[in-house]
Amino acid sequence: MKETEKPEKGNQIIEEAAQAEYKYGFVTDIETEVIPKGLDEDVVRRISALKGEPEWLLEFRLKAYRYWLTLKAPTWGHVHVPDIDYQDISYYAAPRQKIASDKKEIDPELKKTFDKLGIPLEEQLRLSGMAVDAVMDSVSVKTTYRERLAELGVIFCSISEAVKDYPDLVRKYLGKVVPYTDNFYAALNSAVFSDGSFVYIPKGVRCPMELSTYFRINAAQTGQFERTLIVADDDAYVSYLEGCTAPMRDENQLHAAIVEIIVEDRAEVKYSTVQNWYPGDKDGKGGIYNLVTKRGLCRGDHSKLSWTQVETGSAITWKYPSCVLKGDHSTGEFYSVALTNNWQEADTGTKMIHLGKNSTSTIVSKGISAGHSQNSYRGMVKIAPKATGCRNFTQCDSLLLSDTSGAHTFPVIEVGNDTSVVEHEATTSKINEDQIFYCNQRGISTEDAVGLIVNGYAKEVMAKLPMEFAVEAQKLLSVSLEGAVG
Amino acid sequence: MNALQQYIDLFDASRDVIEQQSPELLNTLRRAAREQLQDARLPRKGSEDYEATDLEAVFAHDYGVNVNRLPFDADLANTFHCDVPNMSTCLYYTSNDAFHSSATAERNIGQVVVEPFSMAAVDYPELMSAYYGKLARMSDPTVALNSLLVQDGLFIYVPDGVIAERPIQLVNIFNAALDMMVQRRLLIIVGKNASVKLLACDHTQSPDYRYLNNQVVEIVAMQGATLDFYDMEESTPLTSRVSSIYVDQHEGSNVLIDGITLINGFTRNNYHVEVNGEHAETQLLGMTIASGEQHVDSHTFISHNAPRCHSNEMFKYVLNDNAVGAFAGKILVKPNCPRVEAYQGNRNLCGAPTAKIYTKPQLEIYTDDVMCSHGSAVGQLDEEALFYMRTRGIGIDEARRLLMQAFVADVIDGVRLDALKDRLHYLVEKRFAGTLSNCASCAQACRVNQEK
Repeated sequence: MKETEKPEKGNQIIEEAAQAEYKYGFVTDIETEVIPKGLDEDVVRRISALKGEPEWLLEFRLKAYRYWLTLKAPTWGHVHVPDIDYQDISYYAAPRQKIASDKKEIDPELKKTFDKLGIPLEEQLRLSGMAVDAVMDSVSVKTTYRERLAELGVIFCSISEAVKDYPDLVRKYLGKVVPYTDNFYAALNSAVFSDGSFVYIPKGVRCPMELSTYFRINAAQTGQFERTLIVADDDAYVSYLEGCTAPMRDENQLHAAIVEIIVEDRAEVKYSTVQNWYPGDKDGKGGIYNLVTKRGLCRGDHSKLSWTQVETGSAITWKYPSCVLKGDHSTGEFYSVALTNNWQEADTGTKMIHLGKNSTSTIVSKGISAGHSQNSYRGMVKIAPKATGCRNFTQCDSLLLSDTSGAHTFPVIEVGNDTSVVEHEATTSKINEDQIFYCNQRGISTEDAVGLIVNGYAKEVMAKLPMEFAVEAQKLLSVSLEGAVG
Repeated sequence: MNALQQYIDLFDASRDVIEQQSPELLNTLRRAAREQLQDARLPRKGSEDYEATDLEAVFAHDYGVNVNRLPFDADLANTFHCDVPNMSTCLYYTSNDAFHSSATAERNIGQVVVEPFSMAAVDYPELMSAYYGKLARMSDPTVALNSLLVQDGLFIYVPDGVIAERPIQLVNIFNAALDMMVQRRLLIIVGKNASVKLLACDHTQSPDYRYLNNQVVEIVAMQGATLDFYDMEESTPLTSRVSSIYVDQHEGSNVLIDGITLINGFTRNNYHVEVNGEHAETQLLGMTIASGEQHVDSHTFISHNAPRCHSNEMFKYVLNDNAVGAFAGKILVKPNCPRVEAYQGNRNLCGAPTAKIYTKPQLEIYTDDVMCSHGSAVGQLDEEALFYMRTRGIGIDEARRLLMQAFVADVIDGVRLDALKDRLHYLVEKRFAGTLSNCASCAQACRVNQEK
């Protein structure tokens, strides 16, 4: 009987999903303070003033803004970002809380929103055992477990608070890994960034719980420009998770974030993302443009940075979480599953820049394309002449589920010495018909079989996710595939 | 700086001379080429598809161009041999950019047509006008420059159903007492169910001068045609070469292109293959052995425009000293082309701390029912294998040579001419041993050695 039970259960998940389509697509009815659309120096000044920032940060923003004016949007990606009218976006939106803003209590409406998203903002809900920084539009709503973490010296708060409470730390590290001159979207973000998380793990501390930021876009016609900064001092360890959702809207919304990570001697940072922004409807209408710059600097010897990402949402994804392996014996990892369906476009991958001796890196990228979507892996492995004894292994596989979708790989390898070994492998094929037939034979419907095979295909990456996320991500994969099998 | 400008100026100044000395057909493309070059710039290092290669710097040198087509050395057949033992070929020469035939060239008569454009324009005007300049893309400034200045070329035509018994051997020689740029041009048409093997080798006779070969090859393989094209370069450190090969493959055709670089200065090889018919098969092989300041950059693009095709690429580099190797390959499978199988491999041996390798293997797939893969690796010789050989009394240098030979062996084994295969194994062995002097493969040099 077991065989027949299984597909029923599987069907249930898919049916649920089919009814809900994108189940995070609701809008929270909350009064939001939105500054008028448009972007000029006054807007930058106003954002800075709204957040009560010091002079140096305003200077940083203005420099970034002036530099941004000289740039053109990049067109090299295998995605079709339409001409975005940057004057037609509001750059700051803050949900107006009815309760005083000392953050001891939060607006019940907001709490309800995050409950609905499955994000516990109440610390009584110990079960999840995860500290959360919840960000809605441009502001951080609540950061949980702050006191408990503070006992260990771990700083976990929104970046706006960090600017006020730890200005020296922020000033020391902000813009050091991703300078505002890095690219078009990084310059834009540096000029108008709103909220995000700041994490500092002091020397020798192993962060006892997973830290998590949950990003939510709610207000219409706004862009979200979050900024996250993570610093792991010598011998520290932290595992950080990031999740994101947005309501279903017909117009496209922009999300241009920067994540900077600094890893010192023997420290380790694990950064996991489950990206589930609204991908647009089945005709490709609406959805988030997810144009993100993420980079980590493994500054210390024996440091380690690991990126894991599950990308299922967004109309357009343009993101390359990278590692600059500056310390000797440092390690960079990148594990990615990118699933595109309907008219989604994803151009994602990584850069591993080996500068330190005997540094190693691993890249495993699994792309799945369905519907009319385009899915690209773009990566670079660079070994500097002085970085001797380096090792890289790259594997990027693509699975095509429809004859109208596309899968592409654009890797670049540059090796500057004779003691490093770099390997790259890539394959592209469609789902194995024999495997589907085998499942069919045993009473598993084609749709379930595809879900099963895709999950097996992505297992290598899923295994790297923290437990709570892995379950979520697995469900997400089968849901996103709904309707993809002809 | 714009390196192209000097050649545009030269063209503007001597347009009449150039046009008078060329077949009329070649003049028809000059206007388009001139327009294309008006605002064009040669790619600099770091631009897309030129990660390691600076064409601007290559063309910047003040090369002489023989617009008046003065003859240099007419008696090539007697002074220069490039023999492959045990292989009887129909031998042709290109001295700089002028074409000469030799005594052995007569053997294929009645089967295969090999003649300069100036004759082909009279003998085969329809074929010439139907295919000349139709495949090469003028958007590439080096192709536009070739079309602008080219005054003659070589036309190879294998009529329908003809199986060429002997391979055609084309020896391209630089021999001039001045720095010189030439525009070599080839148009190869292999008719329905015809078959031919072509062996081309580039040599430089006077090593003290700088030469630049800006070459364009257009290949049309008709239904069921088979073409083997072995393109070997063994020149001097002062010789530069920019070669663009364009291939149009029809149904069931089979094309093998093998690019071998043993000694050179600067080389950029572009391969652009359009697979337009079902069941067509494409093989691109490449082997580079580079040391000193050699620079070899290969760029391949295979576009699968029809279902059920097969392509296979394998490029191997062995780099020592300050050599720079670059490989960029793209496989494109267009929509509605199921059952395409396309494989691409690039393996590199980096033998010195200062050698550099850039590789960019790419896939762009728009059909789901395909089997495509690429692999790329950069590494060193296996220490354990070296150790094993040393325990058996083989010296370290000898062991290295053996392993390097084994590394490139599978590219050589892809050659579909046994005699040439043996010869290549021999040449590669000598190259690794460092005893392959310039033109060592030439019969003349062998005779000189024997006399000693």
